[in-house]
Amino acid sequence: MNPELGQIALIIALMLSLLQGVIPLVGAQRGDFAFMRLAKPAAIAQFGFVLIAFGILASAFINNDFSLQYVASNSNSQLPVLFRFAAVWGAHEGSMLLWTLILSAWTIAVALRSGSLPLDISSRVLAVLGLLSVGTLSFILFTSNPFLRLQPAAADGADLNPLLQDPALVIHPPMLYVGYVGLSVAFAFAIAAMLSGQLDRQWARWTRPWTTASWIFLTLGISLGSWWAYYELGWGGWWFWDPVENASFMPWLAATALFHSLAVTESRGLFKSWTLLLAIMAFSLSLLGTFLVRSGIIVSVHAFASDPTRGFFILAFLLLVIGIALALYAWRAPSLDSAAGFQATSRETFLLLNNVLLVIAASLILVGTLYPLFMDALNLGKVSVGPPIFEIIFITPMLPLVFLMGLGMHTTWRTGNLTAVWRDYRWLMVASVVLAVAGPWLFYGRPSALTAVGAIAAVWIMLVSLREPLAALMGKAQHSRARLGMNVAHFGVGVFTLGVVVVSAFGLEADRAIKPGEALSVAGYEFQLNDLTTGNGPNYQWLRGDVTVSQDGALVAALSPEKRRYLVQESMMTEAGIDARLSRDLFVAMGDPLGDDAWSVRVQYKPLVRLIWLGTIIMALGGLLAISDRRYRVRQKAEAKPPKTKTPQVAKGTV
Amino acid sequence: MTPKQQRMLSVGSLVVGLVVVSALVISAVDSAGDFYHEIDVVLAGDYPKDRSFRVGGLVLEGSLAREPGSLELQFTLTDTVNQLPVSYTGVLPDLFRDGQGIIATGTMASTGTLFVADEILAKHDENYMAPEVAESLKKRGYEVPESQ
Repeated sequence: MNPELGQIALIIALMLSLLQGVIPLVGAQRGDFAFMRLAKPAAIAQFGFVLIAFGILASAFINNDFSLQYVASNSNSQLPVLFRFAAVWGAHEGSMLLWTLILSAWTIAVALRSGSLPLDISSRVLAVLGLLSVGTLSFILFTSNPFLRLQPAAADGADLNPLLQDPALVIHPPMLYVGYVGLSVAFAFAIAAMLSGQLDRQWARWTRPWTTASWIFLTLGISLGSWWAYYELGWGGWWFWDPVENASFMPWLAATALFHSLAVTESRGLFKSWTLLLAIMAFSLSLLGTFLVRSGIIVSVHAFASDPTRGFFILAFLLLVIGIALALYAWRAPSLDSAAGFQATSRETFLLLNNVLLVIAASLILVGTLYPLFMDALNLGKVSVGPPIFEIIFITPMLPLVFLMGLGMHTTWRTGNLTAVWRDYRWLMVASVVLAVAGPWLFYGRPSALTAVGAIAAVWIMLVSLREPLAALMGKAQHSRARLGMNVAHFGVGVFTLGVVVVSAFGLEADRAIKPGEALSVAGYEFQLNDLTTGNGPNYQWLRGDVTVSQDGALVAALSPEKRRYLVQESMMTEAGIDARLSRDLFVAMGDPLGDDAWSVRVQYKPLVRLIWLGTIIMALGGLLAISDRRYRVRQKAEAKPPKTKTPQVAKGTV
Repeated sequence: MTPKQQRMLSVGSLVVGLVVVSALVISAVDSAGDFYHEIDVVLAGDYPKDRSFRVGGLVLEGSLAREPGSLELQFTLTDTVNQLPVSYTGVLPDLFRDGQGIIATGTMASTGTLFVADEILAKHDENYMAPEVAESLKKRGYEVPESQ
């Protein structure tokens, strides 16, 4: 299809988003129903046109239309079709278009499910989302247009960065963006509440599932990225504290704080202004993250300077969004707080501590990520803030958090009885100390003090989280899905923590030189390099090592680590050979030829590394269970129907 | 707790928290952050003696040398004017090659003429250069390719 149509679709979408952003807002202020009702159709139409633009760009990629500059720089006719599609978001312009598409997708999701909301609230929420679309659409049209023509058209494209030619890349960025952008819904709800001056428990009940939903995507998106880095970057690390990773992790921490704070607002009507602030913070961090990474200001300063208009636009948009939100907050928040009290041992206190610790963790990462920029700006030297520093400063708030989580999750609202909780759980604490110290000792060797503390925290939270779900399974107690979801998610935190602790403490890694026919031994496993073979992939040449792994003479696994040379960009890639089991990964990556037929290889033994990703999946499942809770559905149905028909308050048949 | 106490508690803990945060980061970076030093500065002997630091530049064409079959290697890092010999033991990153801009982290050997690297970074794509390295090279009149 004609790419110019894509640009026209974007312009129409921009007009529609202006309509969606301004008219309903005016309507809600004046009480004009006709104006307010415009929000929904405008949002749906806006989504339609952004989708058309996205579809046209995608078809240009799939059909190898190298007359488009963006396609020519990021694709190639030899690229498999799946990667040609994923290449749409392989660079700046297309990923901004994906961002916008997802924003409008969340917008229509809100529009279609907003039947139970008062019209003034729903129209304000949609209007705020519309204004955000105005920002991203004008950013694309004025600074990052993917539909620019190349005169004359290129014969073939410059190819997608080989690092990105991987199935996980097809889903990782969209997943992450769905999470990032989903936080805009909580943000829009917060702005709407401040504009209308109404913030009650009902408001929290509307906002909470949206926040949890985007948190689920964010969790899975970050986890996918970590998994991808683990096998595709070739070197077996699962988290590098890279600015790009931090940019996704900060909003995650803020979103986690937000839905815990929303729990207090929903159940007790407290923490209102704090909840608003977190909603603003979470979305601001996700904007900051996306745009800082996209503009290149952190990753490389010179790329930022090479296109000053883009950087300037981004900065202006950020300041505008955060500035308006905070100004509104300063004006409205003081009048919203309620006067209820709670005791120091109640669940409210624990959730407050949760929030404080999570916000501290997020600020630590923010300061650590921006620190080199400040130092450089002040001429204090060029320093790098690496993983050892981030590990220290991150563990400091997180370790107390995990211990407190176990105590806090089963205290009661208002007047928690800590002695009773402790009486219930002290044996679990004893059990976790025993398990966490004896377990590693038995399987891996003597743990260090920090390892022991980490393992105790992990086992403790796992045991504590099992209690209620087990009771429910055995029919001894009834728990709501939200409560079960909370337990499941916290269990996931324990699983994740255990994986991190064990792989950090007991993982082994060795760089060695090896020739075909030789063997080397790591962690009791014998790695034998049998042969080296070569061949051709669709757009690369490969050299493959045939490696067999045995333990005590018994064959354990056959691995085929590869070295690939991508032909278009002439770049080398390492594909690790991994034997994955729940208990451990065995990992072999080829390095470089050393002469004399010898190759350097990196061999790794990674005990329990799978628990890291498994833990995040369990967390996400917990979130899913929580948002499927009856109370979010009943309310929807009961209010969607007029009260006369006397619908029973049971959500039969609603999914 | 009364609402007033609650507010005091949350504001108080946030303020304390942020102070602790900044102190933590500053002290951690102070003790474990790796500072970047230019090659000529290092050659003049002006580098931290008791901790690791970073140097960056281009891999001098044809300078990579190693004993066949060994993981130990040497190459020369250059800012186009000055040259610093670097030794390293281990697997090189995929993007390491002649003329590539890289950053090495490590310490100077006691002789003061050899940089012993324990990490070599070459990132992203063949055109990408860390901003520190790009700046050092630009100062000496080298044209740094623009990357996406």
